[in-house]
Amino acid sequence: MRAQFVLSEIGVGLRRNLTMTFAVVVSVAISLALFGGSLLMRDQVSSMKGYWYDKVNVSIFLCNKADAESDPNCSKGAITTEQKDQIKADLGEMSVVEKVSYESADQAYKHYKEQFGDSPLASSLTPDQMQESYRVKLKDPEKYKVIATAFDGRDGVQSVQDQKGTLDNLFGLLNGMSVAALYLMALMLIVALMLIVNTVRVSAFSRRRETGIMRLVGASGFYIQAPFIMEAAVAGLLGGLVACGMLLVGRFFIIDHGLALSEKLNLITFLGWDAVLTKLPLVLAIGLLMPALAAFFALRKYLKV
Amino acid sequence: MIRFDNVSKVYPKQNRPALRDVSLEVERGEFVFLVGSSGSGKSTFLRLILREERCSQGQVHVLGKDLARLSNWKVPQMRRQLGTVFQDFRLLPNKTVGENVAFAQEVIGKSRGEIRKSVPQVLDLVGLGGKEDRMPGELSGGEQQRVAIARAFVNRPKLLIADEPTGNLDPQTSVGIMKLLDRINRTGTTVVMATHDQNIVDQMRKRVIELEQGRLVRDQARGVYGYQH
Repeated sequence: MRAQFVLSEIGVGLRRNLTMTFAVVVSVAISLALFGGSLLMRDQVSSMKGYWYDKVNVSIFLCNKADAESDPNCSKGAITTEQKDQIKADLGEMSVVEKVSYESADQAYKHYKEQFGDSPLASSLTPDQMQESYRVKLKDPEKYKVIATAFDGRDGVQSVQDQKGTLDNLFGLLNGMSVAALYLMALMLIVALMLIVNTVRVSAFSRRRETGIMRLVGASGFYIQAPFIMEAAVAGLLGGLVACGMLLVGRFFIIDHGLALSEKLNLITFLGWDAVLTKLPLVLAIGLLMPALAAFFALRKYLKV
Repeated sequence: MIRFDNVSKVYPKQNRPALRDVSLEVERGEFVFLVGSSGSGKSTFLRLILREERCSQGQVHVLGKDLARLSNWKVPQMRRQLGTVFQDFRLLPNKTVGENVAFAQEVIGKSRGEIRKSVPQVLDLVGLGGKEDRMPGELSGGEQQRVAIARAFVNRPKLLIADEPTGNLDPQTSVGIMKLLDRINRTGTTVVMATHDQNIVDQMRKRVIELEQGRLVRDQARGVYGYQH
């Protein structure tokens, strides 16, 4: 088989169905961009989980003087030194606890200043308003309940907060988004495949004369089908390339520039370019193979060989 | 070359068989006319030889192969040894005469050098030397049919199937086409031609096979058209 002959046939075919080709390219591009985006979102969530779960603490916030007046949990007054020692001793005896650290009101103020230094809220805050706290690191982050039942409601304890709970809400949201993206991708992919099947049907019909003659002079089935399959593959590959572009541009504008999440959420380590780049071959391969397969099966129905 | 053993063909959803219990043999190098009124089974007969259809009963052998046992992917190989010519020429209107002939070689993977050599040769043979770059639409019907014959013959088939090749042509042009087919036959190629053209059959005095309502009713060496329609 001569490559040049086949290639020219593909070019003719794609140009003849320009509008259909365009529709195929766009729908493949969108579905694959959603697919890649969803994969990246998963990676982001799991890297964030690994990073944050290591750092999450259960915080036992202690009552300060301001709380004693305003917070019903602290109605018995600010925490005393004995109460603090007791909490520390109790924590030391618990088997689920890995490490306990104490944060004074001054330290809390300093951390707050570091994290939110520029916000107007920070400037109105004084060290007196900050709470002392015990930061408890658990051997298993899931065992938060044990700490909560032991210390919630104790005199001098304002509240017990599990940072993992807050994180889980965030991760749940992100995971939900990536699942939604997958569903949308599946839908778009079905649309794309239906378009391809239809394109193949139309072009098989418009080229029935050529294919009929090919059959008569003894062209093999593969030779007759190849241009159709290659057309679908080329259109799919174009879609895949567009999807890759969308992913790269998407990362650039969401994380580095434009939305610039990397500046706004500087606590989170975002995925690097390498994470995006490693997804591209998969996206391209799917963009190439799915349409080719769809065309192959469509041809079995619409093209007599 | 061709052998039919008790061949019947029933198309799906049709009660009346298109061919009923047809048995015959065509030897290498023969020239055979296939006659019969419309709907007598001529086209079915040719489609079975080309394996566009499979027979319902009996056996069809072409070029020594049992077509019922020939697997689908081997059919193209078999068709390369056949040439086909039709009433409606079946040329590609957007390709030149030369490209149309070359198409038959390109699709079976002949090298460009071979194609460049054989296309002018075969066009000379059919009397269209030097018209390689013309478009089919610029040619007369007779010339277009010559292009179709060149395409059918360019791969030097052992068997040429012609389905009413003169059906769209005036008598004088038809004679020219018949002379050409006769010449091809003399090179050793077996020719099977379905036709309604009484004059041609009567003039050529070749073997005549007549079908009527799917049955073989006459098989006559050096026969004539023989029935009124």
